Parts: sequence; structure tokens; C-alpha cells
Amino acid sequence: MSANLINLLIEATGQTLYMVAISTLLGTLFGLPLGVFLAISQRGELLSSPWVNKVLGLVVNATRSVPFIILVVAIIPFTRAIAGTSIGTTAAIVPLTIAAVPFIARLVENAIREVDGGLIEAARAMGATPFQIIRKVLIPEALPAITLGLTLAVVSLIGYSAMVGAVGGEGLGDLGIRYGYQRFMPDVMAVVVVILIVLVQLVQSIGEWIAARVDKRAPKGRGQ
Amino acid sequence: MTSHDGQAASIIFDTVGKSFAKPGGGTVSAISDVSLTVEAGTITGIIGRSGAGKSTMLRMVNGLERPTSGKVLVGDQDVGTARGAKLRAIRRDVGMIFQHFNLLSSGTVSENIALPLEIAGIGSAEIKTRVADLVDRVGLTAQADRYPSELSGGQKQRVGIARALATEPKILLSDEATSALDPETTQTVLSLLKDINRDLGLTILLITHEMAVVRDIASHVAVIEGGQIVEAGTTYDVFTAPQHPTTRSFLSGVTGVTLPAFIRDKIIAERPASGGEEVVRVTFSGKHATDPMLALLTRDLGIEVNILAGAVEEIGTQPFGNLLVSLDAAKGDEARTYLERHGLLTEVLGYVG
Repeated sequence: MSANLINLLIEATGQTLYMVAISTLLGTLFGLPLGVFLAISQRGELLSSPWVNKVLGLVVNATRSVPFIILVVAIIPFTRAIAGTSIGTTAAIVPLTIAAVPFIARLVENAIREVDGGLIEAARAMGATPFQIIRKVLIPEALPAITLGLTLAVVSLIGYSAMVGAVGGEGLGDLGIRYGYQRFMPDVMAVVVVILIVLVQLVQSIGEWIAARVDKRAPKGRGQ
Repeated sequence: MTSHDGQAASIIFDTVGKSFAKPGGGTVSAISDVSLTVEAGTITGIIGRSGAGKSTMLRMVNGLERPTSGKVLVGDQDVGTARGAKLRAIRRDVGMIFQHFNLLSSGTVSENIALPLEIAGIGSAEIKTRVADLVDRVGLTAQADRYPSELSGGQKQRVGIARALATEPKILLSDEATSALDPETTQTVLSLLKDINRDLGLTILLITHEMAVVRDIASHVAVIEGGQIVEAGTTYDVFTAPQHPTTRSFLSGVTGVTLPAFIRDKIIAERPASGGEEVVRVTFSGKHATDPMLALLTRDLGIEVNILAGAVEEIGTQPFGNLLVSLDAAKGDEARTYLERHGLLTEVLGYVG
């Protein structure tokens, strides 16, 4: 494999990491509050507003129903409005983020709903405001589950990022398609796949390690 | 505690009712027409079976439930109508502990105790000193940096108690706080509550289904059944002279005075024409509780008494004895007159031939 190709691989890996990192960050920025709100706006919960909850839930489901490759193409005008261009690695962050937000929101929602209702009641009895309950009870208690959820989201985004070649997003997936497939260079394809496997393994391991560090509950299966 | 302003608050339930909407229409009444005054500085127990409405009553004191009729007053504040910041201010004056502790699994002992102080917006330097005091008060200094999953049930409840006391409340609510604990741990937690009531002078309102808890720490008790208070008074009065069948059935579990099976099986209501034994419940209370009355009965009247079951225990600080005895049926009236003249209560339970 030529030095040129190796440079391309390094560059593509950097682009993938860049796209995934920024879209995870932005996805969390919007997805976390949305997920918290979805959890606590259900009927009978902390900020019970069933109608808003239902409407938001529909929007989230609709976004998640669109296959990612179609989403990328469908929102090109929106991407251009936000990023100034619809082509390139930075532009690709827009559809990745749009896909990440509802995904992360659902993961956070599930994590928050697992928090013991008795804790919320205890915090209410202390005179906590809803915002204090979210910040001091719900998020800290859901943190292990949120961490595992974000790990899952990052792994999915690594997969999605392979599709943004369709709009010149570059990155590892794009390199694999252009060299490995279109130029009949199976060794490039193989290296791309290996790098992706290593990335996903790394992300999963780091995510699980952090989740274990923040989880102070008794290990499952040991009686409590 | 560094500085406690000390004044306990009373709790008044004034003809309180609470009904819940049933799924599919209609309402179901949890409690109705409940009036009860919990005097400031007392330990008052509300005892009832599950579903009797005791939990609803307790949760009204800090506004976790609102009455649908009547009023709940904490001190001079109407909890039922308080909203927003006013309700949160009342809640800081009312600490609460729970059957399942409800501690943050993600926080250490110190962090859990600090939570209500952070919520109240107290500065971190003061939080630090107050938490250290509280940890010390409940005897968990060595565990201050441990997580709840590393603690025993009794230790977890001590964290719950310290947390409930953090904002220096005037009232402490206890929601079946010892029901998940073993008997020995229950005793240590109860004596901690007793100490807190004595040292800080705060009012403790507890709900329980165990009469033993009431006997051990409560000065006053209310018995709730089917959403209504059926009996209330000082623990001593209720224990020594229970009026309502529900109260009696709760008491039979703790006073250890049920008839042995071999007597219970052949007891009859009518006095036999001749011979036979009369079965009598004798209740000793107040200053006579420790008098050797049965020995005196034998000495003075020559009546011999057979003890079937009994116990002498302490309620509040007063001794209280309950004995089931049998004696010659022919001399029953004479014996009971003698005992009652000496300040004891008697009740004929039946006869055995």
C-alpha cells in the first residue's frame, strides 16, 4: 500500500472522528434536554403535559423513521442554510446531528424513566423545584444508563457517517466506497473495515468503563 | 446540631377528606372526615392496615397529597392551599423518612445528607459543617464517604434520618421507616428517633402497621380503619383501655396475652351450674402495675389464681401489665371486686368446665 493511500486512510479516520464527535456533542446538547422532557412530561409525572409529550413523541418517531441516507438528501436545503454549503465533512455534521438528537432523546428518556419514583418523591418532600430534581436527582441517578446510551449512539453515528459520502462528507466509509469498491482495491476496503471495527470496540469499551465508574449501585445479582 | 430554633410545630387535620379519581370514572375515597390534632413536640403514631389511609394522611402534611375537603395545618400554615415557593418553604420545615430509604445511589452518605441543603440554597462551607454534625449525630462518621449500596439497612435509614434533619425541620414524618428492618435494627432506629425528639424537640408523626413501634416510642396514637380515625389518645390510655375492635386486634399482637389453645378451644360463655373455672383478663396500670396483687388476693381472700398468659411492659415511661388468669368460678365475683377496689381492671372472658 502506497504512502499516499496510508495518508488518505489517516485523513479519512480523522474526518470520521470529527464528524462523529461534533454530531455526538450537538446531539447530546439537544437530545439530553429533549429526552428529559419526554420522560417527565408524561401523564402524572413531574411536569405532566400529556399533549405536548404526544406531539414531541410523534416528531421524534417521524425523524427516526426516515432512513438515514434519505434524510441526508432530503434536508440538503436545510444543511445549506445552517452550514453555508451542502457538501463536505462539516456539512455532513448537520444530518448526523438531526439523526442523533431523537435517538439520544429516546435513550435518555428511557434512562430517566428507570429512576426510582421514591427518589423523586423524597426530593419533592425536601422542597426541590422541578429543575433541581432534574439536575440533582434524575440526571445523576440515570447517568450510568445515559452513558451506555450515548455509547450506543456513538457506535450508530460511526455507522451513519459512512453514508455521508453521498454528499461529499468523506471519512472512512466514503474512502472504502471510492477506493475499495469503485477502484477495485479490496485491500483498502479491508483496512477501512478493520479501522471501523477497532473504533467501535474502543468506543464500546470506553463507554462501558465510564458507565461502570459512575455506577455506584450494588452489582446486579448480589442481593439487596 | 449547631443551632436549632427549637420550636416544634403542631399538625392539625380538620375534617379532612381525600378521594382519588378512579380510572374509568368515579372516585374512590381514601380518607373521610378525619380530624386529629398532633401536639407540638410529641411522637404520635398513626396505626392501620395497608389501605386504611394512613399513608394518605402522612403525605398531606408535606403536601405530597392535597385534601379534597377540610384543612391540614402545619403550625399556622395551611398546607392544602399552599403552592409553589410557599409550599416548598413549608416542606423545608417538614423532614420525611421512608420505608425504602429513597437515597441517591449515585451519592455518598455525605452527599445524600447535603442534598436538602443544596436544594435550600445554603452555601457550601455551611453545608460542610452541618453535614459533618449530622453524620456524627447518626453515628456514621466512618461511613461518610461510602455509597448506599455499601451500607446495611439500618445504616441507610440513619442516612435518611440525617438527611431529613438537615434543614432543621420542626416536624419529622416517618413513613413505615422500620418496616423493612430486622427487629434489632428497628430498636436502634427507634431509639435514635426518640433521642432526636428529646434533644431537638421536634414533632414526630409516624405511620406504621406494627403496634410494637407505637408502644416503643409514641406518646400518642391514632388508629385508622377504612379511612377514618376509630380511636385516638395517649398511647397509655389506648393500650390499657382499648375501645375499638381494630385497636384490640392490633394490641393482641404485641401484648402477648392471647389464651393458650387448650383453653381457647373449650371456653364457654355461660357460667357452669356448678364448679368450673372463670377466665379473667386482669389489666394492671399506673402505680399498681408492679404490685403483687395476685399474691395479695390469695393471702387476703384465700382465692387461688392460675396464670394462663401475661406480660408486663412499659408504655411511654409507665409500666402496664396484662394477665389472663383462671380462678374458681364460684369466687369470681368476690375476686374481681377485690381487684377493682385496688385499681385494677378486670374483664370476664368466659368459663371452662
